[in-house]
Amino acid sequence: MNVRELDNYHNMELLRFTTAGSVDDGKSTLIGRLLYDSKSIFEDQMEAVERTSKAKGFEHVDLALLTDGLRAEREQGITIDVAYRYFATPKRKFIIADTPGHIQYTRNMVTGASTANLALILVDARKGILEQTNRHSFIASLLQIPHIIVCINKMDLVDYSQEVYDNVVTEYKKLSSRLDVKDVHFIPISALKGDNVVDKSKNMDWYMGSTLMYMLENIHISSDENHIDCRFPVQYVIRPQATEHHDFRGYAGRISGGVFKPNDVVKILPSGFTAKIKSINPLQSMNVDQVVSEAFAPMSVTMTLDTDIDISRGDMIVRENNVPNISQDIEMMVCWMSDKPMVHNGKYAIKHTTKDARCIVKEIRYKVDVNTLHRLENDKQIGMNDIARIQIRTTTPLFFDSYRKNRITGSIILIDEGTNETVGAGMII
Amino acid sequence: MILYNLNHLRILESEAIFVIRETAAQFEKPALLFSGGKDSIVMVHLARKAFFPAKIPFPLVHIDTGHNFPETIVFRDKLVKEIGAQLIVGSVQDAIDQGRAVEEKGMNASRNILQTVSLLDTIEKYKFDACLGGARRDEEKARAKERFFSHRDEFGQWDPKNQRPELWNLLNGKKNIGENFRIFPLSNWTEMDVWQYIAMENLEIPTIYFAHDRKCVIRDNQILSASDFISLKPEEKIETMHVRYRTVGDMTCTGAVLSPASNVSDIILEIAASRTTERGTRTDDKRSETAMEDRKKQGYF
Repeated sequence: MNVRELDNYHNMELLRFTTAGSVDDGKSTLIGRLLYDSKSIFEDQMEAVERTSKAKGFEHVDLALLTDGLRAEREQGITIDVAYRYFATPKRKFIIADTPGHIQYTRNMVTGASTANLALILVDARKGILEQTNRHSFIASLLQIPHIIVCINKMDLVDYSQEVYDNVVTEYKKLSSRLDVKDVHFIPISALKGDNVVDKSKNMDWYMGSTLMYMLENIHISSDENHIDCRFPVQYVIRPQATEHHDFRGYAGRISGGVFKPNDVVKILPSGFTAKIKSINPLQSMNVDQVVSEAFAPMSVTMTLDTDIDISRGDMIVRENNVPNISQDIEMMVCWMSDKPMVHNGKYAIKHTTKDARCIVKEIRYKVDVNTLHRLENDKQIGMNDIARIQIRTTTPLFFDSYRKNRITGSIILIDEGTNETVGAGMII
Repeated sequence: MILYNLNHLRILESEAIFVIRETAAQFEKPALLFSGGKDSIVMVHLARKAFFPAKIPFPLVHIDTGHNFPETIVFRDKLVKEIGAQLIVGSVQDAIDQGRAVEEKGMNASRNILQTVSLLDTIEKYKFDACLGGARRDEEKARAKERFFSHRDEFGQWDPKNQRPELWNLLNGKKNIGENFRIFPLSNWTEMDVWQYIAMENLEIPTIYFAHDRKCVIRDNQILSASDFISLKPEEKIETMHVRYRTVGDMTCTGAVLSPASNVSDIILEIAASRTTERGTRTDDKRSETAMEDRKKQGYF
């Protein structure tokens, strides 16, 4: 890196992507290669992995040991939890949410997918579309991950055959036509040999597309956030209690949609009062007089209004002519995350934007078989890792959008009131 | 066409500030753990921004091992004064004097593990229900599985196999009496991000991060600072070296690196070319393969 590249670093974009895969599909090899080729694996980490691989009697260096940090994972040789890995190229910084791909880890996949801009789905070229491909794609669709890259891996084991690749692509398109996915790309790769991962493969002249790294660096992500529907959930009210800023009353929060500007007329929910935005303080400076001309998701800001209205945490600031849904009856898809099954008519605590409330599970409509994507209308037993459509009624009206429209104002978590554990992840329909 | 784009440092900043504000909103008595190191300096800066123009609505807590670099303490006291924050010091020496902690013996004696006793004592004494820390997931493999809101039971223990899933930006800080949370707003930052942010925001940091002449001794491939806290083996000798520190912990367990980097830009270039992690300079992590996980389970940072 030289000084010029150093300047570029300030203008890097951030891409969060998720990978799901089972033991043998080469996921660890692929991640290991991305990290290694971007020089994100350090010598001391590599030495530690080599040492452990040797001690375990492995023939090859097991790159999974880089991510499997917990004692239990290392002992059992499995990834239990979501592991976050970081690497950067001169163009972008990447956060990988690496999740185990087995059905019993659906909840971990859902967790990793919840914040991802992109999903990497690995398909073994020899095996084609499997049950797990359905599962991983369904989760990407359910969680509305904006981009999907299907890596058809182990091309070296099928003689780099275009026919094999084309068949998998056709098969996958059939699958994705049943899902709600928008932007799907296909790349034939060999993670082990490095074909089309960072460098263009010399073994597949017939493939005219870009390499995986190029795609990760260049896929257009700046329109992934919703910049249309203005939503500002109030997180914290700032009152300095000091003579210097005696009258200051700032509403702090993170913008979840739209673009806010000073002088915009806004409406406050639930009170319904309107006011004008006086100032928007960015984070860039600690000077009340310095304000921005506009603010957008996912910026954390502090807003002041021209009139004194009683506003508190859990309220939402929106535009007068574009308000979210306001209701106590909410339809949603839910992924269950607890070994205690969901209780029909059971009561749970919920968190939605910055609002806390309680809810009752009114209806369990159907369960989804994540392998076949079939609806199971008669199976209402919702246990760990199950995905279902339900209806809840909340103690107080929520201000929400459909999850499709906004992943922040459209998501809810359910919490067990006895253990305080997060037991359900809901996506509002 | 206007592009509504934030660069990665601003996204990480917004995320961290969201987590800090969430902590202030969801908990009754939070505190910010401050070590005087670069990550906790970034944390203090973010906390100031989060509540500006009001003051940080919680105290800073320093767990003082008594083996600190003097430069760190000078820096700490100056910063606290500047921002008008409340500082609470939990002393490992006190815990030893009261017989609540027993000093390690031998050549590589360190008070690193003893910090846990003082930390848990301080949490209990002041009834803190959430402690903000500057730990990052890229630092160490056990930390790679940490949550933003990390739940601790009534004994301060971490149960890595039973962590709450964390989805979207919905952070669940609900707890029973006696339980508390460790909160890590910098989870998604890397060492490089921290330095880039320090450069971008022009933050002041303790002088030991920059190259300087120091009396050192080499032990187990680590360059350790010669001090009253280190007893020398017969074959070891003290030499003056041109070094700097990549992390700041205790003098007894933090290794220096040979370096000419005398400003933040130099440091960034040095890290970009570096082939070892910053925790590689810490002997406390090298005691076993899962040293960090084991300490964390007992209540370490």
